[in-house]
Amino acid sequence: MYSRWVERLTDVSISGFLWAFRIVIVLVVVVGSALTLTQGKYSLATWIDLALNGLSLGSIYALIALGYTMVYGILGMINFAHGEIFMAGAFGGYFAAVGLAQAGLLNLNPLTAVLSVVIMIAVAMAVSTTLAVLVERIAYRPLRKAPRLIPLIAAIGASFFLQYTFRGLFGPGIYAYPAVDVLGEAVPLSFIRLRWVDVLVVVSAFVMMAGLYLFVMRTKVGTAIRAVSEDKDIAALMGIDVNRAIVTTFAVGAAMAGAAGVLYALMFRQVFFFSGFIPGIKAFTAAVLGGIGNVPGAMLGGLFLGQAESIGPTLFLDGFGVPSPNQLRDVIAFTMLVLVLVFRPSGILGERVTEHKA
Amino acid sequence: MTGDANGTGGDVILRLEDVNTYYGRIHALQGIDLEVQRGEIVTLIGANGAGKTTALKTVSGLLHPPMGKIIFDGADVTHVAAHELVRAGIGHVPEGRRIFARLTVLENLHMGGFTRSVAERSEDLERALTLFPRLRERLSQKGGSLSGGEQQMLAIGRALMSRPRLLLLDEPSLGLSPILVQQIFELIKEINSQGMTILLVEQNALQALNVAHRGYVLQTGKIILSDTASGLAANADVRRAYLGEI
Repeated sequence: MYSRWVERLTDVSISGFLWAFRIVIVLVVVVGSALTLTQGKYSLATWIDLALNGLSLGSIYALIALGYTMVYGILGMINFAHGEIFMAGAFGGYFAAVGLAQAGLLNLNPLTAVLSVVIMIAVAMAVSTTLAVLVERIAYRPLRKAPRLIPLIAAIGASFFLQYTFRGLFGPGIYAYPAVDVLGEAVPLSFIRLRWVDVLVVVSAFVMMAGLYLFVMRTKVGTAIRAVSEDKDIAALMGIDVNRAIVTTFAVGAAMAGAAGVLYALMFRQVFFFSGFIPGIKAFTAAVLGGIGNVPGAMLGGLFLGQAESIGPTLFLDGFGVPSPNQLRDVIAFTMLVLVLVFRPSGILGERVTEHKA
Repeated sequence: MTGDANGTGGDVILRLEDVNTYYGRIHALQGIDLEVQRGEIVTLIGANGAGKTTALKTVSGLLHPPMGKIIFDGADVTHVAAHELVRAGIGHVPEGRRIFARLTVLENLHMGGFTRSVAERSEDLERALTLFPRLRERLSQKGGSLSGGEQQMLAIGRALMSRPRLLLLDEPSLGLSPILVQQIFELIKEINSQGMTILLVEQNALQALNVAHRGYVLQTGKIILSDTASGLAANADVRRAYLGEI
């Protein structure tokens, strides 16, 4: 009798706490936004700037998030080494850019600049794909039949291994990305401030996402990947080589991450051995936000996270007089991760994951 | 291609020789010998847990026997992977249908024809849809939205898309209404009359023996009896144990 009361009390206090949590979050968002907007410190142009910045950032998160979500879909594991695959791509692009700069092509004229960027992205995709396929073969495939926690630990190990391999190879220093001058210039539009690099990031990210979506939904191999995600034994009975489908998934996800690595580095102009960690974990957040395992969800989650990070701090926190709220963008991103995991673990577009992946 | 049977007098498409399979740590098949001739319907009957499903999974390569030999169409396929056996000509309709619920009906059928070229595939698709007209109206629907009977039709149609020479059917009547059960067995006869060799596992032993030419009785991983279907149906022990007679 007594223990049942304790149980009731625990239940009530937990749900009470969760409701308080919800109310506090909603209050911060609503009151903060109202205060910020009524103070009128920021012009419309500033908000548009923030939104455009969020769009660039968000499309990069979306590209990386696709790799997390596809691998989760097919293997039910979080590939924590994905951030390092992204970083390796950025390094690949860096060396291509240095080579192109030495050959004098990088800034010769806008045409060679664009071609150079294409080459950088291609090199990055190749580097990332090779690395991801190796990681899958060496670290994950032997653990295919192991309990779910074990490949997860292997992934964390692979992540550290890659980080410190790159540190060993290229040192702990930060490499400044060679400047592509055209990309830094402003787009000649009177009503918004926009650099060419943002146009490049958003356009190439959207083209790649559309390509990936068509690949997954319309092609024979893409359909086979979805079939393997659903039921490996039955997929094998269809004549699908399950291992090949899994490797293809890793390769495609890594290619997106490699391209994202170059785009990110072109925006922030630097790369070092640890530079995959934060974007990686942000993209993981985006994948969870959209519903992990869900391809359109990852795209949506990435774009949403980009906006939340870019507009959120100013909109929600500035009104409370928080000094330099932009320093708190990571807090916003990870608060969102916690909120999603607590209140809607299946994400925005997600199905109830537990039913399928038991 | 046609490995003529050694002294059995028929055209053997599948032979199991002393096959032992483990399911985890359970010794599920304990030295199975079995033969299927081209054009036959052979049925495996037995109680729950006798090893019927394990036997089919072993033939289609989902499980590999550490001991024994499987000969399909004259070639030793004991250690061939499941996805390669599809190319060799084995189609497997698994227990519980196992439709890809999140793929459309058309995509399910296309996956069935994964090993075929696009041109061959459209021809096979037409054949499957002629056999199962109900599926034609549902092509763009998700597999998971179909009724049990429709899912069973899709599962069989999907397996036929690879143009198998041997079709393994695992409990096709499970969970279906009596009318649908009747339809499924009619269909099995029809597919067989078009030349398909079928190895059928059924809980519903009476129906299975009705359509089959020959049968084997499995009990705790061993074959205890084999005869023509009518012979088995007339056997007193079989009637008592599997046909519900006292």
